[in-house]
Amino acid sequence: MIPESTPDGLASIDAVTAALASVGYISTRQISTAVYLAHHLRKPVLIEGPAGVGKTDLAVSAARALGFALLRLQCYEGLDDSKALYEWKYGKQLLYTQILKEKIGLLVDQADTLDASFAKLAGFQDLFFSRDFLEARPLLQAMEQPAGSVLLIDEIDKSEEAFEALLLEVLADYQVTIPEIGTIRAQVPPLVILTSNNTRELGDALKRRCLHLHIGFPDAALERRVLRARVPAIAEDLLGQLVAFVQSLRVANIRKPPSIAESVDWARTLLLMHAAVLDESLVRDTLNVLLKRETDIQEVQGLLAKMTQAAVESTTPGAASSTASGSGPGSVPGSVPGPAVSLSPALPG
Amino acid sequence: MDRTLTGFVRALRAAGADASTAETLDAARAMALVGFADRETLKASLAVALAKSLDEKLICERVFEQYFSLPVGAADAQNTEGTQQAGDGPAPGARTGQPEIDALLDLAAGTSPGQTAAALMRAAQSVGVDDIRFSSQVAYLTRRTLEALGIAALEARLQQAAAGAAAEAANAEAAGLGAARDRLQRQVRALVEQRFELFGRPATEAFMTEVAVQRPLGRLSPPDMDRMRVAVARMAKRLAARHSRRRRVLLRGQLDFRRTLRANAGHDSVPVELHFKHRRRDKPRIVVVCDVSGSVSAHVRFLLLFLYALQGTVADLRSFAFSHALKDVAAPLETLPFDEAMALILSEVGGGATDYGQALVDLREHHWDSIDRRTTVLVLGDGRSNHSDPRLDLFAELADRAKRVVWLCPEPAGRWGSGDSEMLRFRPFCTHVSHCATATDLEQAIDEALSAYG
Repeated sequence: MIPESTPDGLASIDAVTAALASVGYISTRQISTAVYLAHHLRKPVLIEGPAGVGKTDLAVSAARALGFALLRLQCYEGLDDSKALYEWKYGKQLLYTQILKEKIGLLVDQADTLDASFAKLAGFQDLFFSRDFLEARPLLQAMEQPAGSVLLIDEIDKSEEAFEALLLEVLADYQVTIPEIGTIRAQVPPLVILTSNNTRELGDALKRRCLHLHIGFPDAALERRVLRARVPAIAEDLLGQLVAFVQSLRVANIRKPPSIAESVDWARTLLLMHAAVLDESLVRDTLNVLLKRETDIQEVQGLLAKMTQAAVESTTPGAASSTASGSGPGSVPGSVPGPAVSLSPALPG
Repeated sequence: MDRTLTGFVRALRAAGADASTAETLDAARAMALVGFADRETLKASLAVALAKSLDEKLICERVFEQYFSLPVGAADAQNTEGTQQAGDGPAPGARTGQPEIDALLDLAAGTSPGQTAAALMRAAQSVGVDDIRFSSQVAYLTRRTLEALGIAALEARLQQAAAGAAAEAANAEAAGLGAARDRLQRQVRALVEQRFELFGRPATEAFMTEVAVQRPLGRLSPPDMDRMRVAVARMAKRLAARHSRRRRVLLRGQLDFRRTLRANAGHDSVPVELHFKHRRRDKPRIVVVCDVSGSVSAHVRFLLLFLYALQGTVADLRSFAFSHALKDVAAPLETLPFDEAMALILSEVGGGATDYGQALVDLREHHWDSIDRRTTVLVLGDGRSNHSDPRLDLFAELADRAKRVVWLCPEPAGRWGSGDSEMLRFRPFCTHVSHCATATDLEQAIDEALSAYG
């Protein structure tokens, strides 16, 4: 078969972790193992998990870390092979036949019989169904990358069953068959990553062909590392408090718990507001960054004071060591709607 | 290695995570790639290759821990033994002169735990330990395994020594042999018990669940309820899988002429891209009204459990519970763990005397807009309204407004209309009324309700 080349970043599981870390993606052992096995077993990876935990980002980061081209196919209802595989450039074909009309006329004129003119035309037929008139879509493009590629098939659950069936052929053999041209085989099998938000159950046939990776909400230590990588300017104290708060929010009784994307947004928000420590009013003002449902926001309103205090205390045992000015975090009694006292003139990132 | 993997896959299947042959092959290739050196990596690799959903992944991790670890008892035996050895050391050095007995003594002494485990496992496999089904087989299989190890020779020797117990030397030998035999027996027993946990218990559980699903809801015992939880979750998943898949044929039907023209304006109106008309299909909208009053108390737990499972299945599901007043219970079912949700619902609406009329009035007043011509209304209740006015006028209005009204009654048809049962008066307004005795009945009813949107 095709001689397989393994980039440095895929040499071992630790190498995968290191390569992903170099582009700012903090990977877990499971994630790295999945990427490593995907390459060496030549199998697609199906990633499931709640929204915003870095499913799509894994593909993007892997492409960057490995120096592969990223081909992205966003799935939606009604997606078909002409959008995913290839399409003939009808417009161009029409235009060319119009322009070449006279030439063809000339050509046919010289022939005496119907058979002869038909034979002459036949020689040109393929001209209009050649690569020049072929519009390659992501799946075909991925097959044609000479230096390897990452093929991201995003939110596969949004597409229809028929499209899944179409994928089976492509993912099993890494080839695309075009009746007019022939079979196009991948020079280097792409690293295929499919993501799903589980809005519908995927077919077993597709699942069986993929390695399966589930990315859930990160634990506190991992979340700290991710935030540190994504928002490097954030102060250590605030980071700890922020993570503790988000973690406690996830176990609260809400419908759409904040994921890592929301934590990153929130960290950036806090940075922008020059916050040095969490306090209740600050949290209250910026809660809509974390929670996207009105009912969820109302649900936690009453608990904010307690949760903020717990988050602050959990990270700074000595309490209030880093408060720049105003009331310390330990002195937030009940729900005092005080001014945003802890805004300190810290430098922005 | 292959033996190890196939055993693991069998244990997985027994635990309820289906792994196909193709996946097993993948797992074998993955194992060959990553090796056995790092436990966590191996675990992650197997999970990636064999599990295909979050549930299966959790099962996979649990089985991995069980499968690739020393039996609990065996590990203890070796530890205590290690400390004992420090004190007095007759065991390891003892020699009898018979090679097969010496080999057993070495195994029992546990000088190399890996070897001991492997030898025990070989013996256990040879007597078919993985086919264990019931806990009562543990003792039998332990004995068979010991026999396969060749315990008979050791026991014969032990008897000899015990017979001549007068002599000091014989006495010491008997004690040593006896201790070795007990240790071996403990280890083998622990191993067989571990295999039972892996292969036997899940099979027994699956069988009991199968039985529970067919059992009348009113007669479910507390352990049945726990099994039912698993069964119901599986049912809900099955329903979701069957009905969440939207089937739509794109290139068929009536040509949508206007869309086709518009799409092909750029091609000089040569119709290269065709568009077809689609009949819009309604998404399932289900409103469940669940009686949680005293008269159906035997069923309430189950009905709520089913509602709880459905919550994740049907996208557009409203659920109401009532005994005299009716309340929207979607929020607790959706956000709380089941036991808390149930306790909350029962404390808020449950337990009182049933009043269907009042429930309908509440529904009419507060939640009428959740019912429209696309809605299927599912009533779970016995229709016993304590002789109060059942407000048939409101029920008729409801039936008129909804797409379908399906009534599932836990009482058999023969008792409808007896005493305070209003079932016969409600029945003419329902699209479908059925006696719903078991979990399977309930699944079928929901399946039919969802099929109406096909």
